[in-house]
Amino acid sequence: MNDPCAHCEEMMQPYLDHALTDEEMAAAERHLSECEPCRRRYRFEESLRVYVRTAAAEQMRPELREKLAALRIPLE
Amino acid sequence: MPAVPEGVATPGTVDHVDAEPEQAQRLATEARDRVRFEEDALALSDQVYRVARHLANSREEAEELMQETYARAFRSWRSFTPGTNLRAWLLRILTNLNIDRGRRQQRAPQMQPLEANDYYLYDRLAENDGVSDDERVVERLSQDDIVTALSAVPHDFRDVIVLVDLGDFSYADAAQILDIPVGTVMSRLHRGRRILKRELAESALEEAT
Repeated sequence: MNDPCAHCEEMMQPYLDHALTDEEMAAAERHLSECEPCRRRYRFEESLRVYVRTAAAEQMRPELREKLAALRIPLE
Repeated sequence: MPAVPEGVATPGTVDHVDAEPEQAQRLATEARDRVRFEEDALALSDQVYRVARHLANSREEAEELMQETYARAFRSWRSFTPGTNLRAWLLRILTNLNIDRGRRQQRAPQMQPLEANDYYLYDRLAENDGVSDDERVVERLSQDDIVTALSAVPHDFRDVIVLVDLGDFSYADAAQILDIPVGTVMSRLHRGRRILKRELAESALEEAT
């Protein structure tokens, strides 16, 4: 592999998705243990995912909840 | 002799006497199953909305989609197999309705979205103000930045991000909901996240200048 950081970047998403093989995982971890810039970027990606999840969460309005409940088919 | 209404048993006929309680029993069981299905579906509505909100283009659209989805689900509850994933089943209805609403036709002619590499957002944010604490870099993004950037991601990519990253669906569930192969889910997810990060970098840096 010519550029280990470029390879590490390619591995980032599957790494965080737990979609790497054991061997790939071990290789990524080896590189991360030696490379501070990649480590920082992985940490950032991890925080970003949590942040996107939290920021995008929008509560359903109570009016909608009532409308959905009213769609139930009445018992005869 | 008065006419006997259809379906009403006449006394003295063994067949009718047996058939009526059997049918009543069947109807009662079905009613109970239906009520349980409706309760289960309603209990999932918060989780379904969480995903629906970003599959749709606006809150109004998401609310309409939710109502159409639940109306259809309640009508066709018999086609749900008990014991399987009800949340995925509801989302499958919702994504199909979303497509039926002409979402894809409304979209501008297919443009190849611009995507950056995976480190692009971090590098741009960090270089912009020389942040050294990388875990705080993410806090430079506002909630609005996230929502706006997400809505700017083309639907094909956004759908998988929303299902997997916001809705916690597995690759396999997302593939089933969207009726696409698992490999396509993975590649769209990978590219979609990069597109999202590029959009985020643009909106965050626009604010900073």
